[in-house]
Amino acid sequence: MHADHDHVHPHRHPPQPDVEDTPSTYYQRLEEAVRELLIAKGIFTGEDIRRTLEIYDSQSPVLGGKVVARAWVDPAYKARLLADGSKAVEELGIPMDTTKLVVVENTPAVHNVIVCTLCSCYPRPVLGLPPDWYKSRNYRSRTVREPRAVLAEFGTQLPDGVDVRVHDSTADMRYLVLPMRPAGTEGMEEAALAELVTRDSMIGVSLPRAAPVTAP
Amino acid sequence: MNARFNAGEKVHVRWADPPGHLRTPYYIRGKNGVIERVLDAFANPEELAFGRDGLPKQRLYRVRFRQAEVWPDYQGQPGDTVDVEIYEHWLERA
Amino acid sequence: MRGHHDMGGLPAGPVEPTEHNYAPWEKRVHALLTLLSHSSRGIIMVDELRIGIEALGAEEYDRLSYYERWIVSITNNLLKKGVISTDELGRKLAEIEAREAKGQ
Repeated sequence: MHADHDHVHPHRHPPQPDVEDTPSTYYQRLEEAVRELLIAKGIFTGEDIRRTLEIYDSQSPVLGGKVVARAWVDPAYKARLLADGSKAVEELGIPMDTTKLVVVENTPAVHNVIVCTLCSCYPRPVLGLPPDWYKSRNYRSRTVREPRAVLAEFGTQLPDGVDVRVHDSTADMRYLVLPMRPAGTEGMEEAALAELVTRDSMIGVSLPRAAPVTAP
Repeated sequence: MNARFNAGEKVHVRWADPPGHLRTPYYIRGKNGVIERVLDAFANPEELAFGRDGLPKQRLYRVRFRQAEVWPDYQGQPGDTVDVEIYEHWLERA
Repeated sequence: MRGHHDMGGLPAGPVEPTEHNYAPWEKRVHALLTLLSHSSRGIIMVDELRIGIEALGAEEYDRLSYYERWIVSITNNLLKKGVISTDELGRKLAEIEAREAKGQ
């Protein structure tokens, strides 16, 4: 596909403009102005900003996937994770911020899903910044009242007899769903299992990927 | 500071509707639930929002509500629940 | 009175699976709040950010993007606390506009 594209328009891609080259909006200039004033006043330094951005860039669902895969292969770890999520993720070298992590476990009888109806609380240390839909009016309004309809919009149909447990993050806790280990993954290594764990399965709107089909 | 409620205890969320910054969602006020777990005490966000220190800290609880009791027209299974974190000053014994 | 932001249970449309890669300026807005609320500074606490967003009013809340709401609330909090003044903010904004007009 890429080769065909090159063939049709050889060497005629305009250079991609840097983000900094596009005209800024009023609110982008407001950010710049406030930041420069606060740095000039010595409230923090440009280096503080860079370090903070590096922390955000290090946070992603890859970390949550590692936590889930470890819980799938190590029952003692899983017990510690469910008892004290913050402490257990710190064991894996993932620092929490000022919030506390509560891990909620999916079972054959219970499916968990996370929302923040008041703003956009999200377990950033283990999942990074939230997707836009998580912060949307439609998700925030409806997930507490019609969770099954919302799950269906993500293509998730739960079998009869499974209770839905919604968690509204209203205060100082952050929630992470521990999905069920997919069937047929008994022989898989922890690192390969982590690849099956999607961000959305840790929010609870979907299930992990199925085990890859391998040659016998 | 001792927790006033224990896990498993039935509680009622006070109905109140003051202006200000509230972390008790509107939809859960006036509803009955059960303490799922007792959490730590935290500075009160209703005070922090106005630049004060939020002390004394308020005990926080996770309270579990039956969806069918929260929404009279709830479409789902009878076992469906919603958990909400609620500060102690919003809770009464049910 | 129920706040516009306090939307749990209200009727709304289907959830569109929208997402985007956060722009550098959006992450910098987030970094401003992280640094200002850090316990070593305590200049704006997260609940002060939130009440500032809740106070925008329904129309502005819906008109602004997520991090636009944040930078407006952060700025208003800093002005109210006297950390920055309206005059220096106005001059700095004019300086940035002039800088951009010249192509940095």
